[in-house]
Amino acid sequence: MYQLAVSRMREFSREPEAVFWVFGFPIVLAFALGLAFRNTGPGKLQVGVVAGPGDSALAVVLDSSPRLIATVLDTATARVRLRTGRVALLVVPGDPVVYRYDSTRTESGLARLQVDEVLQRSRGRKDLIAVRDDREVAPGSRYIDFLIPGLLGMNLLGSGIWGVGFSVVQARQRKLLKRYMATPMRRSHYLLSFILSRLVFLIVEVVALVGFGWLLFGVAVRGSFATLAAITILGSFAFAGLGLLVASRAKTIEGVSGLMNLVMLPMWILSGTFFSYARFPNAMIPFVKALPLTALNDALRAVMIDGAAITSLGTPLAIVVAWGAVSFVIALKIFRWR
Amino acid sequence: MVAVAGLDLTVGAGECFGLLGPNGAGKTTTIEILEGLTPPDTGEVEILGTPWRDGAAGRALRERLGIQLQETQLADKLTVSEVLALFRSFYRQSHTVEEVLALVELEEKRKARVVTLSGGQKQRLAVACALVSKPELLFLDEPTTGLDPQSRRQLWEIIRRFRAAGGTVLLTTHYMEEAERLCDRVAIMDHGKIIALGTPRELIASLGAEHVIEFALSEGIPDDLMDPIRGTGGVTAVRPGAGGLSLTVTELHRTLPALLGLLQQRRLELSSLTTHHATLDDVFVALTGRQLRDT
Repeated sequence: MYQLAVSRMREFSREPEAVFWVFGFPIVLAFALGLAFRNTGPGKLQVGVVAGPGDSALAVVLDSSPRLIATVLDTATARVRLRTGRVALLVVPGDPVVYRYDSTRTESGLARLQVDEVLQRSRGRKDLIAVRDDREVAPGSRYIDFLIPGLLGMNLLGSGIWGVGFSVVQARQRKLLKRYMATPMRRSHYLLSFILSRLVFLIVEVVALVGFGWLLFGVAVRGSFATLAAITILGSFAFAGLGLLVASRAKTIEGVSGLMNLVMLPMWILSGTFFSYARFPNAMIPFVKALPLTALNDALRAVMIDGAAITSLGTPLAIVVAWGAVSFVIALKIFRWR
Repeated sequence: MVAVAGLDLTVGAGECFGLLGPNGAGKTTTIEILEGLTPPDTGEVEILGTPWRDGAAGRALRERLGIQLQETQLADKLTVSEVLALFRSFYRQSHTVEEVLALVELEEKRKARVVTLSGGQKQRLAVACALVSKPELLFLDEPTTGLDPQSRRQLWEIIRRFRAAGGTVLLTTHYMEEAERLCDRVAIMDHGKIIALGTPRELIASLGAEHVIEFALSEGIPDDLMDPIRGTGGVTAVRPGAGGLSLTVTELHRTLPALLGLLQQRRLELSSLTTHHATLDDVFVALTGRQLRDT
């Protein structure tokens, strides 16, 4: 089994593309997203004033706010800019003044508040209570702090399913599985060797991504590293099991690719990798929480952001382990060896 | 679909037994049933005196076998010695990597990745993976198909050395020449059945004659030529051959002049004429009426 695992690792590490997709890609992604969503304080919002009586006066008032940039636009240009997101909101002068925007866009909502406040104040609205802004910039509450654990989870999912799935199906296609069957090798050793080699690569993956987040963005791990290690090991075990299940019957690479996407795509979207799954309707939440990637992401965030102890993570970890164990057992039962 | 039916054969210890036949004759199905990789629908298989069983008994039997499959492609990215180390690890008792490299003369390629090997080298590596377990019984499924003559001879040499050390070999091939050179006994298969079984010498002798004359005429064979040819002294069989006729004859020195005399008398022009010692190819043609190569 040791030899099988070592062979797996050698084959993998000699595949430059695979190495990039597993190690390089998440880091590039984290870098890009980290830059896009870096915490630079509230930015300026672009708003458009639709041409009409009193448009330039309105634009001057809005532009005087430090938070807004207002431009006068003719009707057609205004529509295009709103649609393509280059302005967050359109102001149509008149009585009443009309705000035109898409309420599902966060920045449009912000622009609505900001524009309204500037306009009302310019006509004499007064603050009734005193307030003071206190901006939060501490590590732990930024988007990148949310993102890194999610990327780590997604990476464990991807490398588990890709790493295991493709090589199993490739071995089946090349009749290598059949050749192994002609030796006294134990079947369970073959399957376990995948999990074992996954665990070794796991170390590299976790160190690379967490180290990257820490060095560039100061994303710290608040909880203990032992807990983080335990969670990632369980996660990678679960996804290797899932990968084996996905690959247990497929005869061609094309066939298994479809299955992999079927398994992974819903989890990428639903499991709160890039944004919180709390945005989904309440009825969906129990289903979303039962997904292994959701459970893993929750556990990773609890450790990295909140510094939770492993004892408080019983439920998500149980979900992760259950997925792994069930898929491994089913995979072993239905595995096509020829 | 039934690929093989009603097969009954015994291979003795220390023997080299060949399964011969064209592509699709059922050779691979047969050898894979014997290897315990394909379960037979009915019937019994005993290897080294043991029937195939699942679990520990099956694994114990596999310890004693060496198997090379027809279509296996080993991992491209591993080196020759890494592949051998991997296969070695499956067995309790085995050759060292260096020993088995020497057996198949791949010492110089030990650090080469599988993907860089030539066809003949890949095939020798596949045989090395079968030999690494110090097997008592070696299964080879078309070990030389698609190889150049030199690589083929190298593989024959490996098989000879294995036999000289007391090993038993069961191989499939569609090269009759290979079977004649390597095998003590052969079974000729066609359409999933054994159509002849014996030593190569016996099978050739069963033709009743040792020589074959093949000839073609520039204007085709006229129908009324058949009877006089059958009547020519020493001809034991007449069959349509490649573009002409194929005669099996006992005494070449008597039949050939008579045949040439007949053709001259009829003013027929020869476009080709060859003679050779009868081979297993001729046995196959005699049994099936088809050429082995173009099936």
